Amino acid sequence: MADAGGNIQNIIKDITREGDVVIVKLTGEIDMHSSTELRGCLLEITQERPRLLVINMEEVLFLDSSGLAVFVETMQQSRTQGRQLKLVGLHPRVRSIFEISRLMDIFQIYDTQEEALA
Amino acid sequence: MKEQCQKVRFQVELRIMACPQYLYIARQAVRRMAELSEMSEEERDVLTLAMEEALTNVIRHGYGGPCDKQMIIQLGKIEANGERSAGLEIVISDFGKQVDPGEIKGRDLDDVRPGGLGVHIIKSMMDEVEYTPREEGGMQLRMVKYAK
Repeated sequence: MADAGGNIQNIIKDITREGDVVIVKLTGEIDMHSSTELRGCLLEITQERPRLLVINMEEVLFLDSSGLAVFVETMQQSRTQGRQLKLVGLHPRVRSIFEISRLMDIFQIYDTQEEALA
Repeated sequence: MKEQCQKVRFQVELRIMACPQYLYIARQAVRRMAELSEMSEEERDVLTLAMEEALTNVIRHGYGGPCDKQMIIQLGKIEANGERSAGLEIVISDFGKQVDPGEIKGRDLDDVRPGGLGVHIIKSMMDEVEYTPREEGGMQLRMVKYAK
């Protein structure tokens, strides 16, 4: 059942751990409402200090600057720890906010999860 | 009937509480209105994101966080004429803090840090953006996107 925010389901669809790699699969729309949950989740994961954190966004259909801020913060934490953050599968609608904010070159962005893990 | 609909400036008006969980409803409304205004898929995305950024700015800066105050969203189709293409006008009014419109600027993008991108996104994506303090208090943002 949807909550009033329209984030019909939990935006964290799945978290898998393979050794020192963590893959977080997201779904739905990331806005000011759902980004709070996302931030909490990613903060917890970065505290585990994984060598590589992959965020699969193939099912994310909307992202605003609140969500973008969470990714910037996570990326900066990962870099401080000497770890890697990779984003996967940006929908054109989502990609455009990275482009307009000139963040495409700041993040490591891949088309597929396989490419990110290679 | 169509002529009557064209006489009014705004065909849709929404009032939503300044809480993030209601932003989704506003996004759905502007997307559908853009569809009715025959905007392209890309233009619908632009309008949806610009309005989202404007509303989150009202919540964050106008009201200092989520609260039970209202945000008024007015949506109006702009018909094409000889000088311009069709478009969609969005006016957002709030009852929050007033600021000098000249102070509302996007930040330096070379400074990579979380947050503060909303105004840059709005001004980059929309064709017309105008902030005005309201006589009755609060701010009004008028923005327009024209179809390509």
